[in-house]
Amino acid sequence: MADFPENLRYSAEHEWVDDTSPATVGVTSVAADALGDVVYLELPEVGATIEAGAVVGEIESTKSVSELYSPVSGTVVEVNQAAVDDPAVVNSDPFGAGWLFKVDVSSSGALLTAEEYAAQAG
Amino acid sequence: MAEDQQDKTTPLHDEHVALGASLTGFGGWQMPLRYTSDLAEHRAVREAAGLFDLSHMGEIHLEGPQSGAALDAALVGNASAIGVGRARYSMICAEDGAVLDDLIVYRLEDEHFLVVANAGNAPRVAAELVARASGFDTVVTDRSDETALVAVQGPRAEEIVASLTAAEDVDAVRTMKYYASAPATVAGIPVLVARTGYTGEDGFELFVPAGRAVELWRALLAAGEGHGLVPAGLSARDSLRLEAGMPLYGHELDETTTPYEAGLGRVVKLDKTGDDGEPLPFVGRAALAARAQSAPARVLVGLRGEGRRPARAGYDVVRRGLDGTVGAVVGRVTSGAPSPTLGHPVAMAYVTPEVSAEGTELAVDVRGRAEPFVVVRMPFYKRA
Repeated sequence: MADFPENLRYSAEHEWVDDTSPATVGVTSVAADALGDVVYLELPEVGATIEAGAVVGEIESTKSVSELYSPVSGTVVEVNQAAVDDPAVVNSDPFGAGWLFKVDVSSSGALLTAEEYAAQAG
Repeated sequence: MAEDQQDKTTPLHDEHVALGASLTGFGGWQMPLRYTSDLAEHRAVREAAGLFDLSHMGEIHLEGPQSGAALDAALVGNASAIGVGRARYSMICAEDGAVLDDLIVYRLEDEHFLVVANAGNAPRVAAELVARASGFDTVVTDRSDETALVAVQGPRAEEIVASLTAAEDVDAVRTMKYYASAPATVAGIPVLVARTGYTGEDGFELFVPAGRAVELWRALLAAGEGHGLVPAGLSARDSLRLEAGMPLYGHELDETTTPYEAGLGRVVKLDKTGDDGEPLPFVGRAALAARAQSAPARVLVGLRGEGRRPARAGYDVVRRGLDGTVGAVVGRVTSGAPSPTLGHPVAMAYVTPEVSAEGTELAVDVRGRAEPFVVVRMPFYKRA
């Protein structure tokens, strides 16, 4: 149904991570659509050590609040301040300008290909 | 959020699906949550117009010489004092004063009233009205299934509805007062037009035979296109009514609440009298008379967030502790959201009376963190 970028890997909790170093993490269009308009982001702090599958923040929309899980383990090296300041970008461009944070990856959780994620979520 | 297979669908269900709506279960119905964006739909209603499917609401008619008297005995308000063509906000309470539902009562003709009940409560309200009207010369009919309801809300609503209204009815629609109604032909369809709503904006609600709902919906969408009208879902409806300080049954009102705690004691007419001038008994009167005399244990207040994190229904209202910690619990949030119009979080909450004064600095326990909120007067938003 939906089209997901082939170069990304996906978690069952609707996060995506790319294959650059450091790796960029965001939420998928499926998550963004389900949440509704995102109005508040709580992201991990730069320097924080995070673990794959653990709660690292919150995404709050007009209607609800959801926990943000990290798809990878490692150290946070940057957060997207532009998205914190204007979270609407998570809805308008979840795979691009709406990225959330960058991680120096030590290991990944169980991740899905675009095709596998589409089969599960699309 | 799950779409329950048991949920009923409205006559407009296929329209919502075709428009790409996200659907949600609400009050036993499958309803559009949003079509595109909650915020865009909310703003359209504030700045132009929104089109809502409210066919989940219940429509219960009372017809006969004693219809007004029956409603006087069944509800807390004075229905028989409503003028023909006018409407009033009212409530149906239990013997102990608990709110069973909040309602709008329309007097359509001298001996014909329409009671509009909330979706989830409608079957119960209909059954209660049948029982409570049993000694009166009136016939109670639940016409919810054969009636669809669509609302056009927003500053452009009058233009849009008038543009579809038959020439002989246009004046009546344009000059219709708030909380009034009249039969009219709109888009060639005989409807009941009411100037009522739940958004804090001007607007109309159109009661239409279920079989012609799709025709009316499409005509309104087409007529509104040039006026900025968009279809709007329950999500926008909820944030609009919250900004307007309007209660939602199941949140601010429920069976543990009397109208007095909710700040709606004005709808209870303890002094209403019958045709003979004698005080009129109604269901819940004794308990409500006692409540009217005693200070309530909790009070509904408006809260304005000083930070960015919104409070949500069910969160504790607390005193501000030292260094921003969570202090003692003084209440509970009933509705909360980021206000799209005002740009900061707003909430309604029941709190203990000693912290209910305007300007009182409180906090809400937002998942373990004390987010600062201040008690403010409602409504949060009032149209210019």
